[in-house]
Amino acid sequence: MPRKPDRESTPYTDPQDASADSPIAGLLRIVDRRSDPPGRGAVNRERFIRRFKDDIKRAADEEFGKRSIKDVGRGGRISIPGRGLAEPRLTHDDDSGSRDFVLPGNREYLPGDSISRPRRGGEGEGDGDDAGSGGSTDSFGFALSREEFLALFFDDLELPNLERTRFGEMSMERMRRGGYSREGLASNLLPGMTVRMGIARRIALRGALLERIEELEGEVAQAGDPPPAELLEEIARLRARREHLPFLEDVDRRYRSRVPTAAPATRAVMLCLMDVSGSMDERKKDLAKRFFALLYLFLERKYGRVEVIFVRHTETAEEVDEERFFHDPQTGGTLVHPALELAYRIVQERYAGPDWNVYVAQASDGDCTGEDGRRSAAFLQQDLLPLLRYFAYIDIPSSSGWFNRASDLWQSYDVIEGPVFARRAVHDRGDIWPVFRELFARKQAA
Amino acid sequence: MTETEGNTGTTEPSANPDPQRPWPKLLTKPTVPMPRPGVQRRGEPIATGSEWTLGTLEKYDRAIAAHAGRLGLDTYPIQYELITASQMLDLCSTVGMPVHYAHWSFGKSLLSQEHGYRKGMTGLAYEIVINTSPSIAYLMETNTLALQVLVMAHAGYGHNAFFKTNYLFRQFTQADAILDYLQFARSFVQECEEQYGWREVESVLDCCHALAPYGVDRYRRPARLSVKRERARLNERLKFAEKHYNPDFAHLHMHERDEPEAESLEAFDPQENLLYFIEKHAPKLQPWQRELVRIVRKVSQYFYPQRLTKVANEGAATFWHYTLLNELYDAGEVDDGFMLEWLGNHGDVVAQPPFDSRGFRGLNPYALGFSIFRDIRRICELPTDEDREWFPSLAGTPWPEAIRFAMTNFKDDSLIEQYLSPKVMRDMRLFMMHDGEDDRDHYHVHAIHNEAGYTKVRQTLAGQYRSEAYIPTIVVARASDDAERALLLQHRVESGRLLDAQSAETVLGYVKQLWKFDVVLEEIGSDGRRLKIHRT
Repeated sequence: MPRKPDRESTPYTDPQDASADSPIAGLLRIVDRRSDPPGRGAVNRERFIRRFKDDIKRAADEEFGKRSIKDVGRGGRISIPGRGLAEPRLTHDDDSGSRDFVLPGNREYLPGDSISRPRRGGEGEGDGDDAGSGGSTDSFGFALSREEFLALFFDDLELPNLERTRFGEMSMERMRRGGYSREGLASNLLPGMTVRMGIARRIALRGALLERIEELEGEVAQAGDPPPAELLEEIARLRARREHLPFLEDVDRRYRSRVPTAAPATRAVMLCLMDVSGSMDERKKDLAKRFFALLYLFLERKYGRVEVIFVRHTETAEEVDEERFFHDPQTGGTLVHPALELAYRIVQERYAGPDWNVYVAQASDGDCTGEDGRRSAAFLQQDLLPLLRYFAYIDIPSSSGWFNRASDLWQSYDVIEGPVFARRAVHDRGDIWPVFRELFARKQAA
Repeated sequence: MTETEGNTGTTEPSANPDPQRPWPKLLTKPTVPMPRPGVQRRGEPIATGSEWTLGTLEKYDRAIAAHAGRLGLDTYPIQYELITASQMLDLCSTVGMPVHYAHWSFGKSLLSQEHGYRKGMTGLAYEIVINTSPSIAYLMETNTLALQVLVMAHAGYGHNAFFKTNYLFRQFTQADAILDYLQFARSFVQECEEQYGWREVESVLDCCHALAPYGVDRYRRPARLSVKRERARLNERLKFAEKHYNPDFAHLHMHERDEPEAESLEAFDPQENLLYFIEKHAPKLQPWQRELVRIVRKVSQYFYPQRLTKVANEGAATFWHYTLLNELYDAGEVDDGFMLEWLGNHGDVVAQPPFDSRGFRGLNPYALGFSIFRDIRRICELPTDEDREWFPSLAGTPWPEAIRFAMTNFKDDSLIEQYLSPKVMRDMRLFMMHDGEDDRDHYHVHAIHNEAGYTKVRQTLAGQYRSEAYIPTIVVARASDDAERALLLQHRVESGRLLDAQSAETVLGYVKQLWKFDVVLEEIGSDGRRLKIHRT
């Protein structure tokens, strides 16, 4: 017996008995394996991805280029070239020698007729359908899960499992429903509750009065034949009061109560600032996009829903949609200050207030003039940073530049200090993840 | 149920409806199978509707077993396993085996099947049954009652009986040992990966997979699989290597081992089992690599009979589910809705699109096999004059005997050669074409379904199912023991069909990876002349 009998096995015939009088051995058992741990195929799946990692990564990169930042985190269909996927077998060359074959579904042909030969690569050979030969298909499409996609996206680095408390967890006061109160605004009155309280009050009072009346009646009975007049009077008064209890009194009134409680801020917005001047080439934009996408994924995990604002700048700054942000080439010089100002205005107008978590990520190759750099740094320090949870600046120096010299903007930002500000330089794709982790792990250490 | 016309779509309108058939006059062809007259029917079906429980399945299995026993089916005990759709996908990807060593090609088939399934382009396999004892048949939880019973009859009784009866399976596979062996294979491959790295293991397995069709003893009964013996042998081999291997004297050992071989070099018998030859004689393979070669060879050997009996196996299983479910209906154990439902699925399975339609994917083994087996029964029960002429020994004999004989003693090519009747050729409108060197732009129709053509069509179709027709024959012709250590392979060319140059080049590359020295492949014509030569 190769496999263990299972919990759900239900033998109903003894196979020995059954086979004794007939050759049918019959049912041994029905085993329910539906609850077995899934993913036996996962091993082979992972092997496939490992083997064709380069192709898959290229396809995932292409896919990444096409996708919006918000969609990067989803899994999806990937298509890789079919070459190399084929499992080769020796086959005959159909253009040599002669062969006979049989096909079904003849409707018109008689012996002696001829049919033009299908082109190579076409179907229609009668050579049976021996499975597994596969052949080389043009491309091989399959679906990647979210995790697999992210793993490829971040070059085999796992998505951070950063704790919620790791950085910038800000809470705010929020009024929440908190029971009932006796005072309040008329608009918060709860009529049903009030009437119920009235009923309760009347029941309670009537009971209490009745007890008192019974007590007095007992005294009357003890007091002898001519009952004391004051007692009878008292009883009559109490009876009258018991009958005429007011329907509602002030004490019955109940209002909705609201109490202030501390709640984590739940809304988040992320502003992507990018220099799109001529010096930012596709490579730099791709790195920036990866960083933005990573930040988006991270914030999304944290907040659930994140709004994204794109601000691009050359000498002037403007708010654009994602498509134009990444793909619309611009020419011109570089001024950082207008972009920071625009970001400031956007935050002031739309995302002010304690319940917004505002994150700003700035990507630039660091070109700027000295004057612009100084103004930007000062503006950032004084005006923008106080509104933000976090400001991350990533510096993407030109790959051909001097390696050791910091960029102009980098140098200008030297003056900024504070827990909300962080900056890193990114040289190639492999840097993105470590830089990201560094940026967001820093605060815990602080 | 005896003589209902199937709905294969290519059947001719029946010219002379049998007067004995009980259906109303208006219908020329039955749309619902009618119960056989004169059979005692149950008042109530065993179950109705499409829901099922373990209890209902058991009751149905008992009912099927009763009919199967009456009709003389011989089966292994059956174990049904209920699985989910994703488990079915997993199973399909590892050629139906619940245990298998890990390899990327299984992942590839998993991904593509999953993709197709999610997109709704392909359905899932209805059934998978494993040639083991007890036979394991998988029931997918999303199937309706009718489908479950269909699968039980098809896999649990049809395939099961074929596995137990057919001479190839009896001769070549040990049904009770394969799962244990695969378990061993899986853990061995895993150990190798840990010890030698997955890249190494994968490249050896890739090579072996490409050569798997040449890892089979076609005429000799293979030794019994036994995990215990396998482990013992392996340990001994590894221990010996550890104890005796000394790099300084390695050449001495090698020489010593090669000595008997050198003698036999004079009269080298051509060997058809290429993987066996590599396992035993490849000069530079590590012991664990030899072991991997052996594993692929053993697995290939296990599946060898299945490759040879696609039509016969599926045909028999389809015939038996068709027969058994009709028996259930005749006995009143299932209702009309049940019949209508599974007949729909059955019709899909045995559909044979004509060669010029978009849906054509070659001959459907289910359709061909089912037609052949059903015609055997028809010939036994209602022979015509033609049948008496073509199948004198079959006409009028009891059909269960005839079917049993056909299941026992044939593989695809011989089954077709023996049993493909003129009626089936007419129904399927088979015709034979010739593709010759004289005219590369056209196929020429040489025979169709008429008196003059029956024999030709039959022989050609049978030839098409010989394994040589789709797997080129390769033999190891010589392994020289000289300094070059080249391996000489030969392809016996039949009717001028050479090897596809590209596939030959790729596969030779794989052989070379295992052999580690030059490999030469000659193509030898029937007259012994060398037609072409491939080198690595």
